[in-house]
Amino acid sequence: MGVQRTYEEINAKIKSGQAVVLTAEEVIGLVEEKGIAEAAASVDVVTTGTFGPMCSSGVFLNFGHPQPRIKMNEVYLNGVPAYSGVAAVDAYLGATAIPLSDPGNRNYPGAFNYGGGHVIEALVAGREIRLEASSYGTDCYPLKKIETVFRLSEINEATLFNPRNAYQNYNVAVNRGDKTIYTYMGILKPRLGNANYSSAGQLSPLLNDPLLKTIGIGTRIFLGGGIGYVAWHGTQHNPGVERGDNGVPRYPAGTLAVIGDLKQMQPRWLRGLSFLGYGVTLQVGLGIPIPILSEEIMAYCAVNDDAILAPVVDYSRSYPYREGGNLGLVSYAQLKSGEISVNGTRVPTAPLSSYAGAREIAATLKEWIRAGKFTLAVPAAPLPSVEAGITFKTLPQRHPEEGGF
Amino acid sequence: MVKQKLVLRFPSTLVEQPVIYHLVKDYDLMVNILRADINPKKEGRLMLELSGGEADYRRALDWLQAQGLTVMNLKQQITWNEGRCTHCGACSVICPSGALILSRPEMTVHFDEAKCVVCELCLKACPARAMETLLENAK
Repeated sequence: MGVQRTYEEINAKIKSGQAVVLTAEEVIGLVEEKGIAEAAASVDVVTTGTFGPMCSSGVFLNFGHPQPRIKMNEVYLNGVPAYSGVAAVDAYLGATAIPLSDPGNRNYPGAFNYGGGHVIEALVAGREIRLEASSYGTDCYPLKKIETVFRLSEINEATLFNPRNAYQNYNVAVNRGDKTIYTYMGILKPRLGNANYSSAGQLSPLLNDPLLKTIGIGTRIFLGGGIGYVAWHGTQHNPGVERGDNGVPRYPAGTLAVIGDLKQMQPRWLRGLSFLGYGVTLQVGLGIPIPILSEEIMAYCAVNDDAILAPVVDYSRSYPYREGGNLGLVSYAQLKSGEISVNGTRVPTAPLSSYAGAREIAATLKEWIRAGKFTLAVPAAPLPSVEAGITFKTLPQRHPEEGGF
Repeated sequence: MVKQKLVLRFPSTLVEQPVIYHLVKDYDLMVNILRADINPKKEGRLMLELSGGEADYRRALDWLQAQGLTVMNLKQQITWNEGRCTHCGACSVICPSGALILSRPEMTVHFDEAKCVVCELCLKACPARAMETLLENAK
């Protein structure tokens, strides 16, 4: 049975400055030395972190009304289009949006120097943003065009809402083809020239709570250098994949939708990125505290890079053409060593997710909790886990006139 | 003995001059070409490592400048903007000369200018665009 704790007990300790908090990296050594029971008895909270490119990110904005009022039909922020099919002066700026003038991949591989992710970074940094909006005009919203500049502090709301962040494990990308390819997993050199991966492994939030026993709707988190919340399970949430005996998925599995007030975040942890030949995205800093409610939870948090496996996937054929299959599983310990073996070939590895950043996020969250500034939120509802029986769907391609139903 | 990596910039009027020949023949220098971007009637760029006697090296530089070439220290051609670097490490498998490395177990990125051969692959391989260049005709 062992130790049992409640959120209330942990929060009381946090408020009195007595909570024992370790990062997911620090706790590995403690468990190796003292065992799970003793570690669980002495630690209240384990903090995690990740700082990687997360394309499914963006921000809801409300600009306030000019005089006269406008129902914005098209919105551009520093030339980057935002979605305005919501109320009059609301818009959603996505991380991967690019200016209409961007040549894309017409000059292959495109540079993608600027886009939604960069505008979000500029917003958080408090820099001046150019807003251009147009409308067809209505009796209640007569203004048809506006060009102005504003800063984050001058608008009503800026709510970061990321529909899919914090992927629980991810593919290791390689290229078995004969030419260099440019992907969201970075530049992949031909004939297994390199292998790129993108998970913090043993520090990654969802790999420390593989069956989602503590992270749920309403969990308070570190998001973009400020405070955010888990809003829902993320898009493409797929908890039903094959797992190891430790519960850790061997393939990309769970995801999180997260939300928070952009005005209290920091540009350091929300960074616009340009992926050559692919596009623009946002590097998001995210960390989640895990309450050590029992020995079982401590055992999950003690997972190390040797015990987390990921599939090596060929991005020249298998991934783009959805041919399935992989070139074997490798551990994050192997990936972090700088070299893996794929079909007997030695392949140098590189991360896309900053492990140094993940480590700093986990340490920052630990300090917030130790200082009594950050308490744990009790989830309002759990996220769907293995027993939800979710099946992962792909898009059928039917001729719309044939029907088929 | 001097050993120095340099960038020579040729005005379009000088690209057809046998500069390397004179460096070897007249100044007794050893020349190791790292990268060359020379086209007829266009401004050219040559990155090389020169080694030889101190006096010969100095005289050779004077001669190069007298010919109208711009001589720059190769070390300062590519710079690492550490504030933009997120230490992801994506550059470490793209950099061919080992100038950009991911230190383990710290998992932080380091840039060793002395190893940089100014291939410029990092400029666009870095998602955060933390690698910068002063060279006008780069990109």
